Amino acid sequence: MMHTLVLFPFFALIILNLPLRVIFRRLSFWVVFALSLIQIFLVFFPQNAFWGTHFNFLNTFFRFNLSADGLSMVMLLSIGIVTLTALLVARQMITDSDRMALFCSLLLIAMAGMNGAVLVRDIFSLYVFLEITAVASYIMIAFDKNIFSFEGAFKYLVLSAVATAMMITAIALVILFSGSTEFYLINYAIRASAHTSLIVLSLGLFLCGFFIKAGLIPFHSWLPDAYSSAPAPVSIFLAGIVTKTTGVYTLIRIFISIFGFNGQSQRILLLAGIISVVIGAIAAITQKDFKRMLAYSSISQVGYIILGLGCASSLGIAGAILHIFNHSVFKSLLFVNSAAVETQTGKTNMDEISGLGEKMPVTAVTSTLGALSCAGIPPLAGFWSKLLIILALWVGGLHVYAVVAILSSVLTLAYLLSIQRKLFFIKGNSEENSQIKEAGFGISLASTLLAFISLATGVFFPFIINSFIVPFGKIFGRF
Amino acid sequence: MNLHLVILIALIFAALWTVMTRSLIRSAIGLALTSAILTIVMFALNAPLAAVFELSVCAGLISVLFVSTISLTHPLSRQEILQHMKDRLTRFWYLPILVAVCAIILSALDIKFSLKLPAHETENDVRVVLWNLRQFDILGQIIVLLSGVFGVVILFREKNKK
Repeated sequence: MMHTLVLFPFFALIILNLPLRVIFRRLSFWVVFALSLIQIFLVFFPQNAFWGTHFNFLNTFFRFNLSADGLSMVMLLSIGIVTLTALLVARQMITDSDRMALFCSLLLIAMAGMNGAVLVRDIFSLYVFLEITAVASYIMIAFDKNIFSFEGAFKYLVLSAVATAMMITAIALVILFSGSTEFYLINYAIRASAHTSLIVLSLGLFLCGFFIKAGLIPFHSWLPDAYSSAPAPVSIFLAGIVTKTTGVYTLIRIFISIFGFNGQSQRILLLAGIISVVIGAIAAITQKDFKRMLAYSSISQVGYIILGLGCASSLGIAGAILHIFNHSVFKSLLFVNSAAVETQTGKTNMDEISGLGEKMPVTAVTSTLGALSCAGIPPLAGFWSKLLIILALWVGGLHVYAVVAILSSVLTLAYLLSIQRKLFFIKGNSEENSQIKEAGFGISLASTLLAFISLATGVFFPFIINSFIVPFGKIFGRF
Repeated sequence: MNLHLVILIALIFAALWTVMTRSLIRSAIGLALTSAILTIVMFALNAPLAAVFELSVCAGLISVLFVSTISLTHPLSRQEILQHMKDRLTRFWYLPILVAVCAIILSALDIKFSLKLPAHETENDVRVVLWNLRQFDILGQIIVLLSGVFGVVILFREKNKK
């Protein structure tokens, strides 16, 4: 019944928009709310019949080959959480009911696209569902229809089209040497194939394509513009899950399910990862706009995930996958906080804002938790995933990478604490701040929930390790 | 083999012309020409159905859409056209060189692989492929189309109101 995770958002989209649109559009919020909650709920019951059995009636029409392993489950959970967050923030920020209904429809499209992408086991279907997510993202970024959002959307569109062209060429090469599009058949073909040059070429094209989608340095030029020019709920959605699914998840998937690792690909991943970690962190320090700073911080954090993948060990991959989840949570949280500050002050330049801590206590506390988790401070969630990645680097004999990763983490702490201090904890202009109050219920609820998840994942990590980390090891163990 | 080479070179020239030509309408025609040449390549590679789709959709339908949209825009003056041409040349002057360098490198690499094209008779019927084997992709295509519709509704609707 896994296909309902794609079909229900699709059906909901049609029902909400076509017949009786005037009546149903009021329900848009609640439909997306319910679908994302159900998705989160289902992930906590991996033994549930939902993940295995086939629902006979739907199955007569739709015969899809889908499967969900631990990695897919983590992605589905992240998709559910981030969609819910973006929805709560959007309800607060998009006041026009028509536009809210359209935003909900876009969320449904993106949800169907991402759910499809994490469940398929076919390289061409993966491409189709990545395209769905990408198209929904372009529209979302340009949602405000001002010149900056159009510029951000256009940059993303152009670079994403380049990535797409690379991916489709790589898929054509894969079909050429394997004669198939299914992951496991390609994997067999690669092991038996003598066409080494074709395999290397297709892997290279895939890597470039996914690096662009993930926004890794030097393919990152679209990312800060897109994140900072998009409306706040879209920034949350993009930073929290879209780039993680379209770039990072796909990268991990093609390595563990299709290509496997060798010395060269491992070196490329490690190099790309460490460059992004360091340059992303350095670029973040120099930013004055806090949304741009968070965007560069995202590049740096994605670098950690790629470093974990580059270790090519079950520990490294477990760390990478856990860091995807943690990053979804704490980066969404920080973007929710930035939305709160933006709505209340109307500014995004850090030099113009200060002393909001007293006026916005919920935002101040939750954003401090988010920043500490992002910097990898115990006992928050970010600490454990970074620890796993750095341990994996150390155990794998990559000592220099491990040391640089730790130093960059200190850099992350430095810039995130400086923004916390500037925005919330130093005394501000009391006249300017007199009108400011805490952001509304939706934003506060979203930030509190995310801060709670970040804290709970960190504190209860010893319990989580058995239910999550061990299965991750098994994923990798198969190949 | 030589004929294939000529077709491929023509394809590259048509594509270069599309990017570097001076006006949008010529670009649209260049794109149609590229698609038409690609159709010939597809026929030569035993893929008549893909060729028919390429010819009817890419060379036909999309060109019609492009040309009609361009005809709705304000035409450029002669001076603007000259400026535009200059801009394009300064922006894309390296493209022919890049193509030539890539061609030289690829021919120097002398990549050889035994390409086994499926025999025409053994290919799956396109109906079977579309409706039975690639069902999930069809669903994906429908969702992509719907997102395109939403894009138009969200990004252009207010303009109509004004």
